Amino acid sequence: MLRLEKRPTPSKTWSYATPVLAVVLTMIAGGILFAMLGKDPFLAIKTIFWDPLFNEQFASYSRPQLLVKSGPLILIAIGLSLGFRAGIWNIGAEGQYIIGAICGAAVGLAFYPMDAWFIFPLMVIAGALGGLLWAMIPALLKTHFRTNEILVSLLLVYVAEQLLASMALGALRNPEGGGFPGSRNLKQYEAASNPELIANSGMHWGIVAAFIAVIATYILLNRHILGFQIRLTGESPRAARFAGVNPTALILICMGTSGALAGLAGLFEVSGPAGQISIDFNQGYGFTAIIVAFLGRLNPIGILLAGLLMGLTYIGGDLAQFMLGLPASAIQAFQGMLLFFLLGVDVLTNFRIRFGKVEAA
Amino acid sequence: MKRRMLLGAAAALGLAAATGAYAADPTKVGFIYVGPVGDGGWTYEHNQGRLAVEEAFGDAVETVYQENVPEGADAERAMTQMALSGVDLIFTTSFGYMDPTIAVAEKFPNVKFEHATGYKRADNVSTYSARFYEGRAVQGTIAGHMTKSNKIGYIASFPIPEVIRGINSAYIHAKKVNPDVEMSVIWAYTWFDPAKEADAATALIEQGADVILQHTDSTAPQAAAEKAGGVITFGQASDMGEFAPLPRVSSIIDDWAPYYIARTKAVMDGTWESTDTWDGIGAGMVGIGEISDAVPAEVKAEALAMKDALADGSYHAFTGPLNKQDGSAWLAEGEVADDGTLAGMNFYVEGITGDIPQ
Repeated sequence: MLRLEKRPTPSKTWSYATPVLAVVLTMIAGGILFAMLGKDPFLAIKTIFWDPLFNEQFASYSRPQLLVKSGPLILIAIGLSLGFRAGIWNIGAEGQYIIGAICGAAVGLAFYPMDAWFIFPLMVIAGALGGLLWAMIPALLKTHFRTNEILVSLLLVYVAEQLLASMALGALRNPEGGGFPGSRNLKQYEAASNPELIANSGMHWGIVAAFIAVIATYILLNRHILGFQIRLTGESPRAARFAGVNPTALILICMGTSGALAGLAGLFEVSGPAGQISIDFNQGYGFTAIIVAFLGRLNPIGILLAGLLMGLTYIGGDLAQFMLGLPASAIQAFQGMLLFFLLGVDVLTNFRIRFGKVEAA
Repeated sequence: MKRRMLLGAAAALGLAAATGAYAADPTKVGFIYVGPVGDGGWTYEHNQGRLAVEEAFGDAVETVYQENVPEGADAERAMTQMALSGVDLIFTTSFGYMDPTIAVAEKFPNVKFEHATGYKRADNVSTYSARFYEGRAVQGTIAGHMTKSNKIGYIASFPIPEVIRGINSAYIHAKKVNPDVEMSVIWAYTWFDPAKEADAATALIEQGADVILQHTDSTAPQAAAEKAGGVITFGQASDMGEFAPLPRVSSIIDDWAPYYIARTKAVMDGTWESTDTWDGIGAGMVGIGEISDAVPAEVKAEALAMKDALADGSYHAFTGPLNKQDGSAWLAEGEVADDGTLAGMNFYVEGITGDIPQ
């Protein structure tokens, strides 16, 4: 007989072991799925996890792409993790990502075709501000009218998507685009572009920003009073109030930071890998980052690793699709399994498994 | 084959190890799809073209594909990885792949690229598209006759010239046979999203439309029309024959197979050149699906006559007199639209209400 016994405190060992266990379980269950689709499961797993990094044919291109794909995920997830730790649920990073991209690109395009050093820095500021302001809507509604930030931030994603479509078709449309939607390509406008810093490295300013965010958050959480307040609020809101934490300020800070980082991610993406504002510019980084934040245990270093792992499943998933003829939906199911198992094995962190009968009291 | 040497033996060996097929040196053809191959519409037909290539050349070709590739940065990666895997020819089958195709083609000068529905070409990038608007003329004719409420609903995807051409062509020909006809357009901003497409169809039907045209790829609008009853639809990109005879009364079928086979052959023979292809009903790239018995015989005959006239070139779907929506003159009596204007069409013709999203 199996039974769960609540641990007095969450297990430290298991909180580190469960993400690894979840990955292993995903590989096993995914392997079974691939086998049922008639593919060699070992080859499929190898193609997803090994080939992007070490296959001679692809790795020189795929490795840098891993950074390109993981950078925005890490940057957004880091911001989200602050709020999640304090029990503030910003689910709308995707919307803040879009608004950051729109604001940043708009500033850049406003200067077209001027060439000046200050254009890109201004775009970065505009991107962060755009994301921050978009996140302030659910934050202020929560602090003033006690609305639910989960719903408001989520629904604002759809508003942002409409705004994006309207910008791609209207105000930001390339006047030389022959009537087609989409802005000018920022990659072809040097003063406003976010190029690879070192050729074939995949490194662009967005990746640099992600690494800085990881380090800064690590220091904040471990060395700064604000980090302590965030952790305390998450663990015990009542104790936090007694300790003098101002919940309103904390909501504004957490929502604002996550919004600003998501906005930055959007700006770096639109000026770098994506190149232009288009109707379907957003690809779900804001939502995937939620998985990354939890996969990384809301810990900055964990998020860094989780972001890289998630990026790997995307790039390896692409390879598996055309090398092995796996359907795209199988890859998505595989990624879904990762979150499923992570949440599932989480029970080991908070509970102890006991075998045998319950002793009569 | 020069590319192989460039990439080196290691690459070829790596590929062989991964696929387990290193018998001959077949021509490799790759396809990038915007939707799933099972969408029953646009991507489905491109995939049929791919299968036709395999059938035509047997062991001399090897095809690979990647489905559900988003239009943007991810598309560039998908194409690059495909090119790295040793593909000789890549078909990128959605408008949004235009800039990524050009960017990747620059990095792989020895790989040939074919971009569907775009307008940017390079030495190793061709473009191809079909004159779907000819099919819309046939649809419009049937729709104008068949509607009882005089309201035609149109599920549009993105406000790009290809879609706007279809709306205009359908409206012009519906109006020609039924002066009272009105058209409502809903912009779905997606090529494939069954839930959104079904919502759009339901909204149009609730507004009184009893004919639904779609420029999106799934069969969801067909299912929604079937449920509502008393509404007719047309298959889009693919025949969607499982919804015949009602609600689906006819369809536009994209037939890419002959083009894909010809271009693959050109790569094999070394005669491939950058070209711009825009074929219609005449060349067989646009097919009109069986007109079902739900359509009265005289309407069917009129629609088929229109199809024949478009096919032999005796009639052009955009023939004057036609004015633009704002009332300004566009085509004089008997004048036909030139391809340049059609390729960049960003205006409605006179009589269509509503605005193209700006």
